[in-house]
Amino acid sequence: MDIVRFDNIHKIYEMGAEPVRALDGVSVSFQKGSFWAIMGPSGSGKSTMMNILGCLDRPTSGQYFLEGKDVSMLSDDSLSDIRLKYIGFIFQSFNLIPQLTVQKNIELPLYYLGWDAHKSTQRAVELAAMVGLETRLNHRPAELSGGQMQRVAIARSLAADPHIILADEPTGNLDSHTGKQIMELLTELNHQGSTILMVTHESDIAAFAQNRLHMKDGLIERIEKN
Amino acid sequence: MAMHQSKFARNIWLGIENLLLHKLRSFLTMLGVVFGVGSVVAMLAVGEGASKEALQRIQKLGSNNVIINSAKSIEEETTSSRRSFMSMYGLTYLDYQRIRESFPDVQQVAPAKLIRKDSRVGSNTLELRIVGTTQQWFDLVPRQILAGRVFEKKDVDEFSAVTVLTEYGARRLLATKNTIGQTIRIGGDTFEIIGIIKTESGQAGNIQIPDQQVDAYIPLSTVRKYYGDLFVKRTSGTRTIELVELHQIIVQVDNMENVEATAAGIERMLQGFHKKKDYEISIPLALLKEAEATKRRFNIVLGSIASISLLVGGIGIMNIMLASVTERTREIGIRRAIGAKRRQIIVQFLIETVVLSTIGGMVGLVMGIIIPSIITYFSGMPTVITIESILLPLFISVGIGIIFGLYPAASAAKVDPIVALRHE
Repeated sequence: MDIVRFDNIHKIYEMGAEPVRALDGVSVSFQKGSFWAIMGPSGSGKSTMMNILGCLDRPTSGQYFLEGKDVSMLSDDSLSDIRLKYIGFIFQSFNLIPQLTVQKNIELPLYYLGWDAHKSTQRAVELAAMVGLETRLNHRPAELSGGQMQRVAIARSLAADPHIILADEPTGNLDSHTGKQIMELLTELNHQGSTILMVTHESDIAAFAQNRLHMKDGLIERIEKN
Repeated sequence: MAMHQSKFARNIWLGIENLLLHKLRSFLTMLGVVFGVGSVVAMLAVGEGASKEALQRIQKLGSNNVIINSAKSIEEETTSSRRSFMSMYGLTYLDYQRIRESFPDVQQVAPAKLIRKDSRVGSNTLELRIVGTTQQWFDLVPRQILAGRVFEKKDVDEFSAVTVLTEYGARRLLATKNTIGQTIRIGGDTFEIIGIIKTESGQAGNIQIPDQQVDAYIPLSTVRKYYGDLFVKRTSGTRTIELVELHQIIVQVDNMENVEATAAGIERMLQGFHKKKDYEISIPLALLKEAEATKRRFNIVLGSIASISLLVGGIGIMNIMLASVTERTREIGIRRAIGAKRRQIIVQFLIETVVLSTIGGMVGLVMGIIIPSIITYFSGMPTVITIESILLPLFISVGIGIIFGLYPAASAAKVDPIVALRHE
C-alpha cells in the first residue's frame, strides 16, 4: 500500500524576477514500511520535498495523498493536526527545546495530543529506555552529547506513534561513529515497521536505506530499489 | 472538565517555568505593573480615607439639618464704625417662632444665643461661651453625656438657673472635685451644674461645628432673663452696643429629600422680614453632596494618573514579550513542526504575559496595602482600603496581561515553521 503518493507536485517560489521552480512536477510513491533515502546536491529540491512531505508547506500545484487522503490544500490547523498524528520529525540540528528536560522534550507531542501527565511520563520513560537514555530523563539538552541529543529527538519523533518518520540529514551534525549508531537505530525502527523517509547527501548514510531517490533540478533523476 | 483544568494548570506552570528561566528579566518586567498597581491601591486608600474623614465631619453637623447664623450685613459693617454706636442685626425670636410654625417639614428647631462670660468655681476661672438654648439643642447636636443630665422643657419653662458644661470646661473649672450639683458663677450669677457632655469642636467644610469646648449650656429663657439682648463690646477704647436676639437657629427637617426645599423656603421667608441680609444659611447636606462630587473628581484624576502608570507597565511587558518571541523563534518553529496549532502558541505566550502581569499585580497590591498603613502610622492621616480598591487593580493587571500580551502572542503564532527551524 502506498503511504505517500505525489502526483505531479510543483513548488514555485516567487523570488525576485525569476520564479524558482524548486519542484517541477514530481510524481512518486512510497510504500508503507519502506526506508527511503532522498539524495541530491543542494538546490536539487530535496529540502522542499521534505517540507511538503512533512506538511510544513503546501505544493503550488499537484496532489499529495497521505494514506489515500489528499492533504495538498488543507488549512493550517488541519496540517498541524496531520503533523501531530502522522509525522515524526528528526532534524540535522536535533531541534530540542533547550529549557525543557529530556523527558519534557519527549513528551512534547503528547502534550499537544492532550494526554494526561501520568500517561505521558510513562510513555516518555519507555521511549527513553528504548533509545538508551533512561538515566538522562531530567537532564537538559545542553548537558548531552550530539548523539544523545539525536536519540532524544528520535524518541520524541516516536512519541505520538507516527505513520511516517521524516529524517532531515539526521547524521549531519554527528561524527561518523555516532552517525552509524543513529542509523542502526533508525534501521531497527524500520525493521519494527516504521516508514522512514530520510534526506541525506552522504551515500554511506543512504546505504542504510532500502531505496534511494536521486533528485536534480527539481525533478527525480533516478530511483534505486533494492 | 477535570482534564481540561489540569491542562490549564499545566499551561500556567509551563508559563511560570519559562519566566523563571530569566528571573531578573521577569522581575524587571514586572516592576512596571507592580508600581502601577501599588500606586493605584495606595492612592485609592489615601483618597478614600480623606473623603471618609470629611464625610464624617459633615455628618456631625447632621445631614437633615439647616443651620442659620446671624451675620452683620455688609452695610451695617461699614456704617456702624462711622456713625452709630448701636447695631441691631441678626435672627430674632420671631424668626424662630415663624420657622417653627410655618414649615410642615420642620421637625425640631433649636435656637441659640451666644454670649461670652467669665466664670468661676472656687479659685478657677475660665471664659465661657454661654449657649442659651432649649432642650431641642441636645437632640440636634447629639453628644455623649458624661455625667448628670442635660436640661429639659421644665428647666426652660421655669427659668431654672442650671448649666451643662463640656468635658473641657469641667476639667478646667472643677479640676477633679465632685462635679454634678456644684455651683458655678457665670458673670455675676450663680448656676447649678447639672451635667457634663462631650464636645466635637471644629470645622466641617466651611461650616463651624455648632458646639465648642468652652460652651456652657443654659436655658434660653434664663439667659434672656439674666442678661437681656443688649451687648456692650469694648474694643480699644471705643464702645459699641449690639442688639442680637439669636445667633443661631438649627432646624431639623424630617426627611433628607426636603432639606433643600425647606432651606429655600426659610430663606424666602427671612428675606421678607429682614431688610438687610443679616443672616447666613448653611446646609450640611449640600456640603455633603459637594464633598462627594469632589471625591468623584479626585478619583477620576487619580484614576487617570494610575492608568498612565499601568499603561507604561503594560508597554514594558509587551516590549519584553516581543523580544522573547524573537529570541524563541526556533522554539516556536519546533512546536509548530511537532503539531502545535497557531492558537496553542498564542495561548502559551498569552499565559506567560498574564502570569507575569498578575504576579506583578499581586506584589503591587501587597505594596499598595503596606504603604497606606505606613502613611497612617507616621502622619496620622486616615487611609481606607476597600474591597473594590483590591479587586479593581487585580482585574486591571490581568487585563493588562491580556491586552499587551495579545500582539506578541499573535506575532509568535505567525512565525513560519520552515523559516523558524532554520533560525539560529
